[in-house]
Amino acid sequence: MDAFSPIPALAGGLLIGLASAVLWLGNGRIAGISGIFGQLLPPAQTVVWRLVFLVAMVLGTLATAWLIPGLGIGGPGGAPAQLVSPPSALGIPTIVWLAIAGLLTGVGTKIGNGCTSGHGVCGLARLSKRSFVAVGVFFAVAIITVAVTGIV
Amino acid sequence: MSTLRLPYLATAAVSGALFGAGLYVSQMVDPLKVLRFLDFTAIPSGGWDPSLAFVIAPAILVMFIAVRLGRTRSAPLFNGQFHEPEFKKIDAPLVLGAALFGMGWGMSGICPGPAISLIAFWPNDLLVFLVALFAGSYAGAYVIPSGEKKRLAMAR
Repeated sequence: MDAFSPIPALAGGLLIGLASAVLWLGNGRIAGISGIFGQLLPPAQTVVWRLVFLVAMVLGTLATAWLIPGLGIGGPGGAPAQLVSPPSALGIPTIVWLAIAGLLTGVGTKIGNGCTSGHGVCGLARLSKRSFVAVGVFFAVAIITVAVTGIV
Repeated sequence: MSTLRLPYLATAAVSGALFGAGLYVSQMVDPLKVLRFLDFTAIPSGGWDPSLAFVIAPAILVMFIAVRLGRTRSAPLFNGQFHEPEFKKIDAPLVLGAALFGMGWGMSGICPGPAISLIAFWPNDLLVFLVALFAGSYAGAYVIPSGEKKRLAMAR
């Protein structure tokens, strides 16, 4: 039974909101990670800022883990980061499970034009109808997927 | 090109760093923590972790204020225009895409932000997920031609 952590959750959420606000008011861009990441190859014309954003995101994660150690996984005081293992009853190798999950996430966020950040944070904040639909669908399907696979 | 100027790139860097910090502080980089939110079957037994809702709500609130602020201005600080999606129609690709993403998210507990941020901690097999994510994203652009067109329009 792992712990509900409202204070770090609220603090982290404020940081994510601030990140989105800075990118919007500074550059007029939506901080949707699947969008930023999904337009790195040609014919994209704006590769540099996307790479800068993503590298800074990884460094931000790393630096915070050192500055505020032990919040959970990662960093010097934290538990080692681990991806999930597939439900053992299915007998699927972990890398196959993760590859399928990654493909679904990649295809889905591309054709659905967004993920948890682009639709979930920025889209809902813009009161976009498309984002309300997308968020409803991906949360519902994710909740059903977890229930059906019994992965936790 | 304005997107190569220092203030523009510095803004992208500050935003990215804040985003990564938020994902660590909230522990949304932990796939298990995300899955414990998505596991509604644990609600009756009291084992449900509602943290994710406490992350996304303040994030939306801050961004909501920023969007309101932005609407009082004709352009952002370091660019000529706000790149607000112009496509408003609720269509099949939106719903199908969200459903496929929901499946992937429920299988792994990581969405694109945490997946990339986890490079900081490099867990086993992360590379498998990232390569698949990248491949899926590019495959998707060819499966749905309208996505490609919109992508081109937005990449400007």
